[in-house]
Amino acid sequence: MRRSAEAIASLLLLSCLLPSVLAGPASLGDGYTIAGRVKLEGKTSIGFIPPLKNSNAEVILNGGQRVTFLREDGYFSFHNVPAGTHLIEVSAMGYFFSPVRIDISARNPGEIQAALTENRRVLHELVLEPLREEQYYEIREPFSLMSLLKSPMGLMMGFMVLVVFLMPKLTENMDPEEIRRAQEEMRAQGVPSLSSLLPGRSN
Amino acid sequence: MAMAVRVCLGFLIVLLYSNFSTALYEDQVGLADWHQKYIGKVKQAVFPTQKSGRRRVVVSTEENVIASLDLRRGDIFWRHVLGKDDHVDQIDIALGKYFITLSSEGSILRAWNLPDGQMMWESAFYVSTPSKSLLYVPANINLGKENWFLVFSGGWLHAVSSIDGEIVWKKEFAIDSLEIKQVFQPPESDIIYAVGFVGSSQFSVCELSSKSGEVLKHNTASFPGGFCGEASLVSSDMLVALDATRSALIAISFQSGIINFHQTYISDLVQDFSGMAALLPVKFTGIFAMKTVSSIYLVRVKGVSELEVLEKFNHPASVSDALTLSEEQQAFGIVQHVETKIDFRVKLDKDLRNGVLKETIEMDPQRGHVQKVFISNYVRTDKSHGFRALIVMEDHSLSLVQQGVVVWSREDGLASIIDSTTSELPVEKEGVSVAEVEHNLFEWLKGHALKLKGTLLLASPDEIAAIQAMRLKNSERNKMTRDHNGFRKLIIVLTRAGKLLALHTGDGRIIWSLFFPSLHRSEACEHPSALNIYQWQVPHHHAMHENPSVLVVGRCGPSHDALGFFSVVDSYTGKERNSLKLAHSIIQVIPLPLTDSTEQRLHLIIDANLQAHLYPRTRDSVNIFLREMSNIYRHSIEVGKDMIRGYSLQSGCNLDVADEYCFNTKELWSIVFPSESEKIATTATRKINEVVHTQAKVIADQDVMYKYVSRNILFVATVAPKAAGEIGSVTPEEAWLVAYLIDAVTGRILHRVTHHGAQGPIHAVVSENWVVYHYFNLRAHRYEMSVIEIYDRSRADNKDVWKLVLGKHNLTSPVSSYSRPDVMVKSQSYFFTHSVKAMAVTATAKGITSKQLLIGTIGDQVLALDKRFLDPRRNVTLTQSEKEEGIIPLTDSLPIIPQAYVTHALQVEGLRGIVTIPARLESTTLVFSYGVDIFFTRIAPSRTYDSLTEDFSYALLLITIVALVAAIFATWILSEKKELREKWR
Repeated sequence: MRRSAEAIASLLLLSCLLPSVLAGPASLGDGYTIAGRVKLEGKTSIGFIPPLKNSNAEVILNGGQRVTFLREDGYFSFHNVPAGTHLIEVSAMGYFFSPVRIDISARNPGEIQAALTENRRVLHELVLEPLREEQYYEIREPFSLMSLLKSPMGLMMGFMVLVVFLMPKLTENMDPEEIRRAQEEMRAQGVPSLSSLLPGRSN
Repeated sequence: MAMAVRVCLGFLIVLLYSNFSTALYEDQVGLADWHQKYIGKVKQAVFPTQKSGRRRVVVSTEENVIASLDLRRGDIFWRHVLGKDDHVDQIDIALGKYFITLSSEGSILRAWNLPDGQMMWESAFYVSTPSKSLLYVPANINLGKENWFLVFSGGWLHAVSSIDGEIVWKKEFAIDSLEIKQVFQPPESDIIYAVGFVGSSQFSVCELSSKSGEVLKHNTASFPGGFCGEASLVSSDMLVALDATRSALIAISFQSGIINFHQTYISDLVQDFSGMAALLPVKFTGIFAMKTVSSIYLVRVKGVSELEVLEKFNHPASVSDALTLSEEQQAFGIVQHVETKIDFRVKLDKDLRNGVLKETIEMDPQRGHVQKVFISNYVRTDKSHGFRALIVMEDHSLSLVQQGVVVWSREDGLASIIDSTTSELPVEKEGVSVAEVEHNLFEWLKGHALKLKGTLLLASPDEIAAIQAMRLKNSERNKMTRDHNGFRKLIIVLTRAGKLLALHTGDGRIIWSLFFPSLHRSEACEHPSALNIYQWQVPHHHAMHENPSVLVVGRCGPSHDALGFFSVVDSYTGKERNSLKLAHSIIQVIPLPLTDSTEQRLHLIIDANLQAHLYPRTRDSVNIFLREMSNIYRHSIEVGKDMIRGYSLQSGCNLDVADEYCFNTKELWSIVFPSESEKIATTATRKINEVVHTQAKVIADQDVMYKYVSRNILFVATVAPKAAGEIGSVTPEEAWLVAYLIDAVTGRILHRVTHHGAQGPIHAVVSENWVVYHYFNLRAHRYEMSVIEIYDRSRADNKDVWKLVLGKHNLTSPVSSYSRPDVMVKSQSYFFTHSVKAMAVTATAKGITSKQLLIGTIGDQVLALDKRFLDPRRNVTLTQSEKEEGIIPLTDSLPIIPQAYVTHALQVEGLRGIVTIPARLESTTLVFSYGVDIFFTRIAPSRTYDSLTEDFSYALLLITIVALVAAIFATWILSEKKELREKWR
């Protein structure tokens, strides 16, 4: 047992130097050890989400079969995992992580391959970084005249103003003769009859 | 004109669909939603004694939660929810700053930083044989020097370094089949003692070197009577065990390698002993605790042959662990029920006759019996010892008792909700106005002016705070009366402990609670447990003067054929209206869509002999039922046998006594899945109370499709038996998933589809004419969601207007499950990023509003996903008419929009279920999600098109009107003047 622990520890150290996916052919039963790291440095946190601490993140194997937590330095490990193809998900509020496909080879013990399932990017090192930050709230737009005008009420008012100012202009451009004729016609008709309202018959 | 209408319509559509989700602004948090954090029933608790940790207690619970609580208020400092199989076995505190947990049957040891809950290290052990695990943290740990924890699990003893969790040495005991019961290291000694049993009759003592784990001495002695396996260590050289019959105590001394046995019959020690005894796992020196059927005994061990009963406590009672006050003084607490109160006593082990402390505390009778007690001490100003106790009650609540009063209580039963329903609140009576209307118009205007400033982002921070406070204390939402929009309701939940609680949707406060086990416990019903909760009476037409009530169904024991009980509870007061002991068992409860003249809903209960019993047992209900009996069918899903059977009902029962409320079931059909290739994984049906607004769906080109809307659709998903396990256990070639749509009345399979290379876990939701299910695709190694929509083709030729006008359509012809349906099925699949814990669909009052899927993701968040993303008619290239219809171009995966999380920046830890409740306002759905935490909110899947939002600015409207009126006057004056000028000219 001690040997395996050392092996894991040395592998953890090696991972800093060598670009290799972490794999531990551990003597813990028949299983292997998946060890990796979640990296959140260099990411600025958005104002209202508390800055992510490693203590709030979880790493989940195979959709909830096992859950582990991050250590202070961001490292995590799953022990005694059988050979096969597995899925690792990281749950950290405020960040979007792609699930990771982990292949543990049965033929070459300890050979582990990892790839992001969202964009099929192969990871040479099991260092998981968020794909993007997640912002759970809409941000209020600062006050601007445009946004006010774009709102339904603004559009309605705009339309009214348009009508108020454009309609007189339309009548201005019309022939005075024509206006007079139209007015006379209206006077002559008095009450508008149904026939005049039906399309095609009015003229 | 037509053009203008089209423009207007287009504009409206743009307005409606511009935003796919109902996103929230940050200042709207807490207006419509509330979130409560829980931990579950406390299993173990440890009080840190170091200076910095004095004001807190760390606990582990049955919901696999570890948490640090504030001792003064009961708030959570930090909390972690471990995996679902990662049960915490042992906890302890080391070095004053580490919280040590041993979990997963002793295979994982973790150390957490006490102040903030950061995991410091983790180590895993190989467990070959499952056994009880032990954790030993040396008491006199030195800060400077490296110390070792001892962990026994699965046949191995490990020494673990306290600094980084590395395994220093290990020793296997499984070879000798030695099961260790106790491990300890006497102070100032380098020898570790491990004592245990080999088989059932041999006792063994091992002395190991603490440096290397080397066995220094190994002594074994056999005892002819045999051991039952329980043992309690009373001193560093003596152990008390129970014999194989659990009727005699064996004191074992193992001083300097010589093992001596001495047997004492319990009947000699205590009077009227019968049955079996058990040793309580409490740690005392020189004393052990023993539990019999009726009492708890404290027994002092004076020598190998001398046992003396110190105290006897009648049940229900609980004894705490010993608390070391000084080198030679230990204290322990006892909690006992005295009528309605509880009695808390603290005693010192030296002076048992006189207690240090005796307090009587008033305890809510709805909390049941005491389950566990943990004590801690503090030093009073006069240097004497004060004690406080943490008490776990039968309803899973946690209370802190100090100086004779309950300082705080946590309702942690809410961490294990098993079922829920809702109830309307009473109608507001005339003259009794609960609402406080705004004092005067000026204040009302001032408030709205502030809000306007807020929306225009002109407010100063102080003003923003004032606005927020104004919104949150809005008394409207917490009133105890029905509101016009149907937002205010009672959510009635049933917890695993058997407690019924009513929560107000406004702020989540508990209106009333009712504890069932204490209500129904009797000679005949020793372990009552509540199963489900149903709507019993929802008065709206007839019995208006009556309060609504809910039905709680339970059974008297853990087995399926235990007798059932019934309880009808008033939803407004929480008082039990009547209860009934059933003479039969309960396998299934079917609420029927029928009510009797007093609006009591008819329920059918199926017992273990497949007989149906009708409730309520009145003549009236039988008459109503007999009229409808030929239309009532039931089906049962036998997961183990991979079978689905359908039944009809027949009058008459083969009972000894004639019972007109009992009916026989007759098997009509059965579907047997081939057990070598298919195994039932999930089933889903439509919600009974779901409303479908229209059967027709108008698609592009003015064409109509008719939905196949049937209440009897049953969705069944089966997987390959090999692929029934977890992800990673099977290759894509060996896995498949078959989805069936079955008519539950006739057993006809309407549709069947196979997904190769797919496996569970499967989550499915059925609504209207569609099914959405989530599963894992092994080939792509991603999660996938599929949608199946089912349409009725026999109605497809009803498109002709003339047929409709002349009445030659078949739309009004009755729909029967027996007519062979001519159905058409459309389906499509998409990738989805996350694992899913629960899935639900929004429900609205009339079913007009478009639907959203609510997906509980692995991160314990609830995502709202528009149903339009799961539309089988999505296509990569869309025609103009399809675009107008609002179909979204096809993408291979479903989008996850962070603003669409209805839980916004919160997490519903340990999410297990999502419930949707329609509000009276058509656009709005109430969402209640539960797990370890509970969360409530309301959402509008197509925005609130039928009401003004809460932050609608009345002030802006008022200002606009005033401005318009002013403008009218101004222009009028101007035009008057102009006219006058014209006339003068």
